[in-house]
Amino acid sequence: MTYETIVATVNNAFAEEFEVEPEKLVPEAHIKDDLGLDSLDIVDMIIVLEQAFNFKLTDRSSIANITTLGELYDFIGALRDAHVEG
Amino acid sequence: MVSKMEEGRCALSLLPEEQKITGIDCHVVGRVPTLSETRSIPRELRRTMSPMTIFACLATREALAQAGFSPETLPRTGVSIGSTMGSGQELQSLFSSFIPTGNLDCVRTMTFFKIMAHTASSGVAIAFGLNGRLINPVAACAAGLQGIGLAYETIAFGREDRMICGGAEEYSPLTSATFDKIGAASHADDAETSSLPFDRRRAGIVCSEGAGVLFLEERDHALARGASALAEIVGFASLSSPNSVASPDAETSAACMKEALADADADPGDVVYVNAHATATVAGDQAEGKAIETLWGDSVPTSSLKGYLGHSLAASGALETTACIAMMRSGSLLGHRKGFQPDPACGAIQYARSGQALPQGLVVKNSFALGGVYSSLVLAPAR
Repeated sequence: MTYETIVATVNNAFAEEFEVEPEKLVPEAHIKDDLGLDSLDIVDMIIVLEQAFNFKLTDRSSIANITTLGELYDFIGALRDAHVEG
Repeated sequence: MVSKMEEGRCALSLLPEEQKITGIDCHVVGRVPTLSETRSIPRELRRTMSPMTIFACLATREALAQAGFSPETLPRTGVSIGSTMGSGQELQSLFSSFIPTGNLDCVRTMTFFKIMAHTASSGVAIAFGLNGRLINPVAACAAGLQGIGLAYETIAFGREDRMICGGAEEYSPLTSATFDKIGAASHADDAETSSLPFDRRRAGIVCSEGAGVLFLEERDHALARGASALAEIVGFASLSSPNSVASPDAETSAACMKEALADADADPGDVVYVNAHATATVAGDQAEGKAIETLWGDSVPTSSLKGYLGHSLAASGALETTACIAMMRSGSLLGHRKGFQPDPACGAIQYARSGQALPQGLVVKNSFALGGVYSSLVLAPAR
């Protein structure tokens, strides 16, 4: 899975599930302040992304530290790499 | 809705997706089309809402606007919107994922808020900032009328001065299947004649969905702010018939109407129109017809609107109450569908004709439900 695929999949999830306008989906966008997700949405975001990528985001405490979309892309990219290495 | 019924049109249709369902033979339904207004409910509110709550919110918005309020100007208000159950569509979605896999990763934070039985009232209260009493009667096809009746009693008892009330329903194939298995569902493929209450050609129940919402206000408060009332609610009764979970009961139907009239301090002779529950089942139409005959003989016009609207279950009592109020205001009745052929087994009652004059007086609205629930509401013209 390429980084571009990760970006497209995450962006699609935000647009479909949380009705975020596509033009707002930029790496520097703050997930809470710019994209309007609250703590309950973020729990659902994890579920949606787990289903989209078909792997568990087991380290949910690390997800809590993610604030921007770019950090989320990188977090999933790192998980992908760990899966590949594993 | 009323103007379409005056034109003789019906909200029912034969839908391809229902025809794909096997194991049931009823394929005509009354579905709410995709509504562009849905998106006007902010996502952070809508995420807790299944279709029934969205319908209830859109109806509440209309009711508040007609009452002259916005959420910003609305004083303390309670809510009493009835539903058959929580969201059937959400339950279906959840168990479609869970059962084949045994995995509950499909549960979202919002799942429960759609499934809980009081999802309609709760969703409306949060969307409109209603901070008074929150009740959500769950009484199948009587739930909408109970929603209004319990709101009326809440105000009459002095607990609230204003209530948003009514009923909401979203279509679920389970409901069609339930009526089909007990032999009550229509198998007609022609939507126009699929539901013909009190008609000898009747085919049975046609399920539909929607929401009916009224804004109730204590009379003195309404007068003090110069509100123009559409009608008054002056009586309500709700009874259980423990004799049967599914068989209609003429005696309890009659007793319920009498008790509602007694609550209104009125006699049957004060009534100018009866809006029946009649769902186009043989047993239900005949039991209610005989109950109406017991109270009024053939002296008072009666009609059921389910030939136009189908049976929207928890929404039906409230939607039909709004139609009664429209009839009271126009002075013109809605009868049955074109070509009506009354079933003599429903008793020697008078059937309303569309366009027939409705004089000033009391109107009785019935809603009866599986599980042995009977409710009657008495409406009076606004004074």
